[in-house]
Amino acid sequence: MSYSNNMVAADNSEKPVAWTTQANNIAHQLLWLIIHVIINIFFFLLGIVDTLESHLISSGVLKKYEAINVEKLHYLAIVVDSEDVQKMKVLQLLQWLADIGVKHVCLYDTEGVLKKSKEIILEKLSFVKLFEEGDENFSDPRVMSLEFASQSDGKDALARAANLLFMKHLKLRSLGDTQEEKIFTEAHMVEALKDVGSSGPEPDLLLVYGPARCHLGFPAWRLRYTEIVHMGPLNSMKYGSLLKAIYNFTLIRQNYGQ
Amino acid sequence: MFLIRKPCQIHSNQLCAPDNTMEKEGICKFKQLFSYLGCFLRKFMFSILSVGPIPDHIAFIMDGNRRFAKKRHLLEGDGHKAGYESLISILNYCYQLGVKYITVYAFSIENFKRQPEEVQLLMDLMVEKIEDLLRNGSIVDKYGMRLYFVGNLGLLSSTVRAAAEKAMQATAHNSRAVLLICVAYTSSNEMVHAVNQAIRKNEFDSVEEEHIEKVPMIKINDIKRHMYMSVAPDPDIVIRSSGETRLSNFLLWQTAYSPLYSPTALWPEISIWHLIWVVLDFQRKYAYLQKKRKQP
Repeated sequence: MSYSNNMVAADNSEKPVAWTTQANNIAHQLLWLIIHVIINIFFFLLGIVDTLESHLISSGVLKKYEAINVEKLHYLAIVVDSEDVQKMKVLQLLQWLADIGVKHVCLYDTEGVLKKSKEIILEKLSFVKLFEEGDENFSDPRVMSLEFASQSDGKDALARAANLLFMKHLKLRSLGDTQEEKIFTEAHMVEALKDVGSSGPEPDLLLVYGPARCHLGFPAWRLRYTEIVHMGPLNSMKYGSLLKAIYNFTLIRQNYGQ
Repeated sequence: MFLIRKPCQIHSNQLCAPDNTMEKEGICKFKQLFSYLGCFLRKFMFSILSVGPIPDHIAFIMDGNRRFAKKRHLLEGDGHKAGYESLISILNYCYQLGVKYITVYAFSIENFKRQPEEVQLLMDLMVEKIEDLLRNGSIVDKYGMRLYFVGNLGLLSSTVRAAAEKAMQATAHNSRAVLLICVAYTSSNEMVHAVNQAIRKNEFDSVEEEHIEKVPMIKINDIKRHMYMSVAPDPDIVIRSSGETRLSNFLLWQTAYSPLYSPTALWPEISIWHLIWVVLDFQRKYAYLQKKRKQP
């Protein structure tokens, strides 16, 4: 939808007009480029300030981040862009989370690259175990439970749950139980999702490691009141920024719509 | 590309009433000049923005009306009225910029749990504003806007539901711009509704089949087709005012690749600069977002 699409090629009698519109176009494009260069410089400087702040936080100079009420964070989700997944960075991140005291983490990437590296991650870190249903209600101080999720736990899982409900509906119909229109409710949906194996708890906080602040298809059913925070690319992850994000989360108060 | 090509003079000439005193006329002329300059600057700014990609669909979570009322020591109802004015303002800017689809989260199913007086106030305001929108010369006429009321409309009172259905019918022939108003909506309700509809459709198609195993399975596209929001493409951007960082059960299915922006301004304080900033940032990330959307 570029502005220059508005200008149609002129015929001979409109040549002088075409020249001025060309000049107009070029002026607009130049201004657009200048604005974007200024914005990029701004974000670059902002990045430097963030790095500085992160160093101050991790070295303990900024005292307020030392005592974080991490119990408020029941379940944390980390979304990583599939193309950016680096095993070393992920292992480092999990170590940081364990140091902060986070007990339950869900690692998500669209393609399932993290799921494929599940064994390696569980092997390399002694303090993690695979998440099992019901784990979110318990908290072992020595162990962090880890869940792996991908696209197949999102829309795909909803479709599988829908088919489960569909089969249930057809069986009831074939048994002659057709007195009432069976309308499935949210409760039925939750049960069906559990039955197809995609029913983890709702994260309180979702940290996105990628170029943009999108949830990249994290299971929609589990995102209703999740705080979504953008952390930047995984490559440039910083301990101080992580601490700050979790600290800011503990300050939030929700109304849940009421 | 602008949907509205009215010159800035006409905008500003509408500011002064014909029966002015000498003193008021001076102030009036100043207001006209100010408005003319503002209009001109806005068009200029939008023409520069249009060099890059403009989002096709923006979704807004209009949060902060009650906090605004408290902050300005107003009655709660006045906060929501200020919110409506802000909405009209933002709609004008978005459609002038060339955005085709706008979705707003007006009333969640969770909001029914608020005080009954507040709920009634919001319902009355909604009916009143629907009437305003359907009048000649309103913003609906100006942009050839089609209205959709998205959500579980069965939960609304018959007055509100009738007003909503009337508005949808009256604007059904419009196609230049689209406004989707989410009322009695939550994403989880939308998904369950879509699943129920998909089941009903598949069941209808499978009536002849005797063996359950031969019945066609429900696919993701079947569910997608029955979503309330299937009348619009997925949003390119979601903007939530008041600085809150969650989606609150809004468009969870549709926002996998929609960056979420959380300006700290309360909804009645949202301005054109917030919109310009968000569009500029969207343009920076456009290549990445397009690549993600195109992946299977």
